[in-house]
Amino acid sequence: MSGEATWLEVVAGVEMWQIIALSLAVSLGATAFATVVGLPLGAALAMGRFRGRRLLILGANALLGLPPVVVGLALYLLLSRSGPLGAAGLLFTPTAMVLAQAVLALPIITALAHRAAAELWRAYGDALMDLGATRLRALPVVLAMGRAHMLTAVLAGFGRTISEVGAIIIVGGNIAGYTRTMTTAIALETSRGNLTLALGLGLVLIGISILVSSVAFALAGADEIGEGRWR
Amino acid sequence: MRRIVRGLALAVLLLLPAVARPGGAAETAQAIVLASTTSVQDSGLLKNLLPQFTAATGITVHVVAQGTGQALDTARRGDADLVLVHDPEAEAKFMAEGYGTSRRQIAWNDFIVVGPAADPAHVRGQHDAVAAFVAIAKAAAPFVSRGDRSGTNALELRLWKAAKITPPKVAGGWYRDIGGGMGAALNAAAAMDAYTLSDRGTWLSFGNKRDLVICVEGASELLNRYDVIELDPKRHPPDKFAAAKALADWFVSAKGQEAIGAYRLGGEQLFHPSAAAPK
Repeated sequence: MSGEATWLEVVAGVEMWQIIALSLAVSLGATAFATVVGLPLGAALAMGRFRGRRLLILGANALLGLPPVVVGLALYLLLSRSGPLGAAGLLFTPTAMVLAQAVLALPIITALAHRAAAELWRAYGDALMDLGATRLRALPVVLAMGRAHMLTAVLAGFGRTISEVGAIIIVGGNIAGYTRTMTTAIALETSRGNLTLALGLGLVLIGISILVSSVAFALAGADEIGEGRWR
Repeated sequence: MRRIVRGLALAVLLLLPAVARPGGAAETAQAIVLASTTSVQDSGLLKNLLPQFTAATGITVHVVAQGTGQALDTARRGDADLVLVHDPEAEAKFMAEGYGTSRRQIAWNDFIVVGPAADPAHVRGQHDAVAAFVAIAKAAAPFVSRGDRSGTNALELRLWKAAKITPPKVAGGWYRDIGGGMGAALNAAAAMDAYTLSDRGTWLSFGNKRDLVICVEGASELLNRYDVIELDPKRHPPDKFAAAKALADWFVSAKGQEAIGAYRLGGEQLFHPSAAAPK
């Protein structure tokens, strides 16, 4: 991005699309990972009776405020070539960014999924068990019944990742054409004094975030969710 | 529920090529990490040079732009394959510790003291940076320090030392340590009507100057030298050494030097090639 280009020129450029695609890929990748682990985990924490359950619930809720810059730093030290996972060569790659953001999104999705599942389990748990379901068989049913809240959990996780800059700038390195995302590009343009461009990129980012949420609602069946039929 | 997961999976699959492309297996062997100072990136120099190098050699260069102190630390940890920095003292220490095998100057330009047009310390037009620092301290005029162990920050601290002044680090005082990059320091100086030390490359490409103007330039102590340092293959992944050396050699080659000298921003030359006659 040249300092002299107007922000419209930049926004319409090829580089811009690459940055948008990477932002979405990293954030959605991290959200997908945190969803696949977090939703079942959250539901299991609501329905299960196992050791360490309370500790995990407390942990998920306590980590809602996990500072991205600390996650970035910890992951940096792990992935550094002189660190324990250095041999994998993951530092300054998009994979490292996905990992960092997955760590940030996981507690959010887990805690919100747990909250929704706990309520449903209180209301319908006995009935489901009377019908002869095991807890394992009942888990997907609970997730499906609570899909409106589960969607909110996933979108909250996505919101955390798409807006995040502290962790990915450390483990990604903000490399042009490789690990530069919308948020790190905004940080860079601000530091270059291109404030109008930085703000323009910010508006594009907000637009993308709204778009993704809308698509998610459409995919999940907006009318059902709007009416909260699961109740 | 299943639709959420399916939607996410679909989106990830669609976007995967965008992520996977630059890091594909074929390319990783030919991709190196260059830890550089921020000025060579923010000024647009590397963006101009590296495509020429990549076209000639097929080697992709991933630039991680940091302050000089941080860039050298990145290299110490083994996370960079080549270093391009501008702090002679920190570089000498790095070499003495045995991390680098060769250190070559590729270009120079100069540092400048910028400040508000109103110039409360009356330093505008001077050609003596130390005297200017004394005047700024005497006037207790706001001064923004990088405070980030960058090459610019290191020079600033050396200038205060030469001026025999210990800047007071008190809340609300005139000396303001912002702990940020050059751009952040210029943004802060512009907002606070403060003086600050900047490299010329970042200054020329900086877009938020507001009332800031160049106050002091042309002093011998404001020379800014950029060195490329090759890293010891015994301490670093040896498979990257050849590619990193190729880039270092290219910087000092006739082609690289010509490209550095040819880079202009707003009609001004930002970097003067100096591999043949180091300053």
